[in-house]
Amino acid sequence: MPEQLLFGAEVFLNGLMAGVLYALVALGFVLIYKASGIFNYAQGVMALFAALTLVGIMDGQIPFAHLINAVLGTEIHHFGFHVNAFFAIILTMIVMIGLAWCVQRFVFRHLVGQEPIILFMATIGLAYFMEGMGDIMWGSDIKKLDVGLPQGGSFWIEENTQWLGFGNDRFYGFFLDKLDIVATGIAIILVAALVLFSQYTKQGRAMRAVADDHQAALSVGISLNFIWVMVWSVAGFVALVAGIMWGAKSGVQFSLSLIALKALPVLMLGGFTSIPGAIVGGLIIGVGEKMFEFIIGPLVGGATENWFAYALALVFLVFRPQGLFGEKIIERV
Amino acid sequence: MFYREAGDFKTTYTDDNQTFPIKFDRYRYYAVLFFAFLIVPFVINDYWVNAVFMPFLIYAIAAIGLNILVGYCGQVSLGTGGFMAVGAYAVYKLMTGFPEVSIFIHILLAGGVTAMVGVAFGLPSLRIKGFYLAVATLAAQFFLVWLFNKVPWFYNYSASGQISAPERTVLGIAVTGPNTSAWATYLFCLVFVTICAIIARNLTRGTTGRKWMAIRDMDIAAEIIGVDPLKSKLSAFAVSSFFIGVSGALFFSVYLGAVEVGEAFGINKSFLVLFMIIIGGLGSIFGSFAGAAFLVLLPVLLKNVLVGMLGWPTDLAAHLEFMIVGALIIIFLIAEPHGLAQLWRVAKEKLRLWPFPH
Repeated sequence: MPEQLLFGAEVFLNGLMAGVLYALVALGFVLIYKASGIFNYAQGVMALFAALTLVGIMDGQIPFAHLINAVLGTEIHHFGFHVNAFFAIILTMIVMIGLAWCVQRFVFRHLVGQEPIILFMATIGLAYFMEGMGDIMWGSDIKKLDVGLPQGGSFWIEENTQWLGFGNDRFYGFFLDKLDIVATGIAIILVAALVLFSQYTKQGRAMRAVADDHQAALSVGISLNFIWVMVWSVAGFVALVAGIMWGAKSGVQFSLSLIALKALPVLMLGGFTSIPGAIVGGLIIGVGEKMFEFIIGPLVGGATENWFAYALALVFLVFRPQGLFGEKIIERV
Repeated sequence: MFYREAGDFKTTYTDDNQTFPIKFDRYRYYAVLFFAFLIVPFVINDYWVNAVFMPFLIYAIAAIGLNILVGYCGQVSLGTGGFMAVGAYAVYKLMTGFPEVSIFIHILLAGGVTAMVGVAFGLPSLRIKGFYLAVATLAAQFFLVWLFNKVPWFYNYSASGQISAPERTVLGIAVTGPNTSAWATYLFCLVFVTICAIIARNLTRGTTGRKWMAIRDMDIAAEIIGVDPLKSKLSAFAVSSFFIGVSGALFFSVYLGAVEVGEAFGINKSFLVLFMIIIGGLGSIFGSFAGAAFLVLLPVLLKNVLVGMLGWPTDLAAHLEFMIVGALIIIFLIAEPHGLAQLWRVAKEKLRLWPFPH
């Protein structure tokens, strides 16, 4: 059945695209984890917060308008101007850097040296806090994010793959979302930029030094505080990119923060400490869950995407507890 | 922390081994029991039971369960919601399948079923640790919720996909279904809470609990001194899931009456219970109660103050609640990692020496 096979190939390609987006979120986790040993559950909420802020700035919304109205009894909502997407992205980035500084200054500076699991729980608290703050600042209604990225299916690909159907009219060519293709391109650029940054710049080297050994890095004069703020800012930037992609795809709403839950199995699979791991893990999970839904899904009632990634990651973990690319876990008493 | 007190002499082994060896704790415990069983049922009304007491009691059981796993055995789990769902669906199947058996037994059996499921999902804990395990337990959460949504056998092929509790009685008094009275449901839950708390208290101060704590503090070292990690970890998963299953069963049958699994037992429930034990105090039974009370009362209080008194819209109050809960988690982790239980301990010690601290 060639058309089944072709549909399978289409699902496979779409899975790859989805995997790239998972990898994008997972990347933010890996950056923070490598540099500070914090497993940042709030990464997904950061993406949501960044997207909300971006939309808010573009529409000229007044922050905390809802709260101000409730307290003072006023009726204000908008400044009445619109900001160009490019400037809005820069402004949002400034907000994210400010956020990174606050997180470092008010939360994690006080938790240095705590057990990793305590830090993890702190980030869950942070996620709740930011979720509430994002909603209070910008309102909780579903927003449309349009920064000028192309939308809809790509007709070019669809038309140029029709010949694959061997002349029978049941196959109309591959359907690929333009946005997914753009996202893939951006993700590749982002990863390349991150690699270049961490390999060839002074700050990048300092970052790797901190990831390697906090105390040794401190002793050669690297400011841990600065590096951590920087890493959180970079993670904020990655979150912003992920937020734009997912926001453009499905609207800016609460469910955006749930992509963190999609990224977790990616991390388990790829290993918490490896950037290539995050990408390969993302692709495996993306393809795996789409193919599983395509082949097995109809037999068991569908909607397997929620848990399949976790099951897959679990199976991998039983054989390789540190993930595919993670550093070997050495335990000492 | 005081374990024994000067001047409080024990002359028999039974005395020495009792659950509360300090006189003050013991009397306080009796006083609380007396108050909860003999005074509260006569003064409460529907609002108090539904808004405060029932969620408090039921979450307290879940918090005790999770505290055994996270606080005593050190295995972080984010699958609480899923395990509560197992308890709820188990009790539903038992109630509809064997209507002649007492619901009391059904709820205990539901706990047992959950314990078995918990052990199955606890198996990876032997290989993977820390947050790898925390993330792995999320698999349980998502898989179980999906399972109960998709397999019609679990909800008896009802058209809505919901499960709703039929009326069941204990000693002739309805405790589930629409015709219950406030005091009956309250007492029914209270009995379970008391049993669970006594079991948990005694397990955690005995051999089992010490093994759990050894595993928590350093599992390899514990293994070297002869603690079997397989037995300890799996027993922690079993006991913890039993409690969580009981609480899920009560949550569905007595408190809500009808549930839709994704809504009632979603991932937010897992986090809520985790927050309860962080705020209450990891590794403390009293902390489980304190945390449950705190997080049940906080929304009620906020709602009354913000919506009732200041006239804010409800959604704003809900968002503010998120912020406050998140901030509290961080504040507690920074300022008092042992939670409300530690504050209570410190207060007791200070008061004991007051006004002559030296």
